[in-house]
Order: sequence, then structure tokens, then C-alpha cells
Amino acid sequence: MSAAALLQVAGLRVAIGESQILGGVSFQVREGGITGLLGRNGVGKTTTLRGILGLVPRTGSVTLAGEELTALPVHAVVRCGVGYVPEDRDVFAGLTVEENLRLAERADSEHRYELIYELFPELRERAGQRAGTLSGGQQQMVALARGFLNASNRILLIDEPTKGLSPLMVKRVASALQRAAEVATILLVEQNLAVARHLVRDVVVLDQGSVVFAGEVAALIDDPALARRYLGLSVSASGH
Amino acid sequence: MSTIVLLLVTGLGLGALYFLVAAGLSLIWGLMRVLNFAHGAFFTVAAYAGFFAATALPGLSLWLQWFIGLLAGTLTGGVFAVLTETILIRPLYRRPVGQVLVTVGLALATLALVEGAFGSDPRQVTLPDWMNATTTILGAAIPNTRFVVLLLAALVLAGLLFFLGRTRYGLIVRAGVENRAMVSALGIDVERAFTLVFAIGGMAAGLAGVLGATYYGTIDPSRGTTMLISAFIVVVIGGLGSITGSALAAVMVGLLQQFLNFYAAAGVGDFAVVLLLAAVLLLRPGGLLGGPAA
Repeated sequence: MSAAALLQVAGLRVAIGESQILGGVSFQVREGGITGLLGRNGVGKTTTLRGILGLVPRTGSVTLAGEELTALPVHAVVRCGVGYVPEDRDVFAGLTVEENLRLAERADSEHRYELIYELFPELRERAGQRAGTLSGGQQQMVALARGFLNASNRILLIDEPTKGLSPLMVKRVASALQRAAEVATILLVEQNLAVARHLVRDVVVLDQGSVVFAGEVAALIDDPALARRYLGLSVSASGH
Repeated sequence: MSTIVLLLVTGLGLGALYFLVAAGLSLIWGLMRVLNFAHGAFFTVAAYAGFFAATALPGLSLWLQWFIGLLAGTLTGGVFAVLTETILIRPLYRRPVGQVLVTVGLALATLALVEGAFGSDPRQVTLPDWMNATTTILGAAIPNTRFVVLLLAALVLAGLLFFLGRTRYGLIVRAGVENRAMVSALGIDVERAFTLVFAIGGMAAGLAGVLGATYYGTIDPSRGTTMLISAFIVVVIGGLGSITGSALAAVMVGLLQQFLNFYAAAGVGDFAVVLLLAAVLLLRPGGLLGGPAA
């Protein structure tokens, strides 16, 4: 990958209780486009995103455009320009859609409501509806919209946005990610390789809490043995 | 009829005091998951601060003295709460047992200090003449202090609902009650909201301390502890984190105590409140207006 990295992760270690979840993860994300963070279930992809953000205690180094983030509390990391869309959506069920979005507004940033309503017009129609009463797909729209909202976000950490969604909704989310990648860099955790391969430019593959491959997605697809070993998938150049 | 009206207004007044203490407890638990056993100490210290502030200015009218006492008590409750949060509780956010120990310790130490400094006997407070008088409604002579307590508690309830529903910090508190980590992940400094919630809770408890003195006509060191127990019951019945739930439960508890203690026998009302608590815990563990029990 290019040396002009936006995000650099070096020796990231996370231990929860007695368990070492990440054993020194190092990779970089270059500016622009989507980088995929791939791997089998339980290899530490979500923990890597949470470690970058500081949601779990960690050691090592995380820098964004040269600025060290590991000493900062979570809210300060976010204010440096790191947006986060969690795996379980984590919308505030008791708040309305409009309140969920308003809460995500940062004072130091312009807000991309036009982009959000262009991608997800339902959110405008359901602005006054409590987020807890939305369908899973609509809740994912709220979660993504919160991530896309602030123009000052330089990188978005997006965790399994297509998980549990209908095929139609998966297509919409993929399309939204492509559109968002035009205005921000995205580090995407995605189990669905059929989706990821069409979205991502670079991939980082994790196994057992360590990076086992980092490079362009084409290189991964060109090496079916590698994909099979670390992703448990058969990959062909044309399909899944 | 007159007895029913008297019991009704007196029960509502008592419920108003419970609500003022319970509101802060409920918000603090809902947002921060801190069981603040020192909340009764805010009530007690504020009651004494209000008493001494009022009596320090003998030349003023009794109304002005009472109002200054009210302000002093409310502010003292808020400052005491902020100091408690920043000095004692903040270092223990990930240690709930430590929080319980430190707040219980603070409650006991405060009680001992107040008793040591001012004695354990109740002290009579001086109120404006109108507050010592009664107003007759449907034949019932109702002490005017009940109306003062009810009015101010209603204003606090309206203020809290406005704060929670219409302000950005209220939005942060409501979201934080649901998912504190996600609020941080949106770039919001939750610790600032913690301090604010403690300040609001402490001020409400402080106001309750002065209004408790107005309601009973006396102050004493142990009333804060008694109030705290009732307020915990109110918070659990109403639903942890729900201000409206606390208001509803406070009214229920106040009325139940007044009516049963009068019509059944002294103590029956208190026993019925415990039964009500048990029933809520069994049938609706999250409380009347709370979410699922954590």
C-alpha cells in the first residue's frame, strides 16, 4: 500500500480479562476509498475498530494524519475526525430519528444532511419516529447517517453494515458506502466478501488477532488459497 | 371529606419532597450507573446551610430570609454534589463496589459531622407568617407550606422535563441513559454530562432539604437518611432513569403512606409501600415507566 497513509495502526494490542484479543496488529489505511478489514468470525475485526477508537483499553500506536490518538479519550479521538458506525447499529431507541442525527452533530463540522437524505430519504419521512420502532434496515440507515453526517470526519470506521439485512437492503447499503467513500476514507469490516470485493480497494486480513495479509483486493482474489485459508471462502474472479 | 382533602394535599406534599430527592438519584443512576448513597447527605447539608443563611440576616423580612435560605440550600446541594462527583466518584467509574463504599462512607461521615457540629436535636425554623397559616379548602385547613412545596416541586418537574426534552444536554443525558459508550463514540464528552447531572441532582436534593424544613417546620441531621430510603423506593417503583416515573411513584408513595397511616394504623402505610415495591419488582422489574431491568 501507499506510504501516504491517513491512518496508521502499529502494534495494537487489546486484552480483555485474561484473553489477548489482538496481539500486535499493524496496518495502514491510505487516504480515499474503502479499505476492507476482513477475517473469519472472532479474529478481532470489531475489537480492532474499537481499539482504534479507544472503546477498549489498548496499547500500541494509532495515528491519524500523523496525530497520535492513543492518549486521547474516545470523544477526543472522534473529534479528530474519526466517525464510527458500530456492528449492532446502537441507535438510541428512545430518541427519534431526528434526535439521533442531532445528537451526532458536531459543532466543529458542517453537516451533510443533503447527502444523508439523498441516500436515505426514509429518514426525512420518519424524522419524528422513535428509532427503536424502525426496522433493522432503517436502523442501519440511522447508524450510517450518523457516521456520514459530519463533514469533518476524515475516516469512517464501519462495522459489518450489511449484517442481517435483506438482499435489497444490502445493495442500498453498498451503494451508500460507495457514495460516502467519495467524501471520506472508510475502514470497513465486512463478512460478506461478495459485497466487499466490489467496494474495497485495499484489504487487511486478520487471523488470530494478527494481520496475515495487507494489500490490494485484487491480490487477495488472485490467491484463492489465501482467501480459503483466512476467510474460509472460495473466491473466483467473477463471483463469490 | 375535609380529612380526605387534608390527607390528599399532605400526601402530595410529602410525595413532592420524595420526588425532589428521587429525581437526582434516578438521573444519576440512569446515566452513570452510580448508586449514590450520599444523596441524603446533600439534603441534610443543604437544609442546615439554608437554615444558617436565613438566620444570618435577621434584619430582613421573613420572606426574604426564607428565599435566601432556599437559594443557599439549593446551591449548597449542587456544589456538594459536584465536589462529590469530581473528587470521590470520578476516579471510581469502573469500580461500582468502590462507588457504593465511598458514597456510604460519605453519608455516614456527613451525618456524624452534622450531629457533632449542631447536635442531633431538631431545630425549629422560622417561616413567614403566611406559611404558618392555613387555607381552608372544602372544609380542610391545609397548612400553606404544602402549597409552597407542591408548587416548587411542580416547577422542578417542568424544568427537568424541559431540560431533558428540549436542550442538547438533555438529549445527551437521555441518550447516555441508553448507551453511554455510543454517546462518547459520537464525540461527546460524557464526563461533562455526568458532572451536570450530579449538579442538577444535588440542587434538587438541596431544594428538598430546605423545603423539608419548610414542610416539617424543623431540621434535623437524620431526615436526609429517611428521605433517601423513601427516594430509593420511589426510583425503583418509577423506573430507574425516568423522571416522569419518579414523579408518578412519589405521588403514589406519599398518598399511600398518608392515607393508610391515618385510616389503618400508624406504620401500615410504610408497610404498604414496601409491598408495592415488591409487587413492582415482581411484575414489572424495570419500574412503572422504566425500560427492562438492567
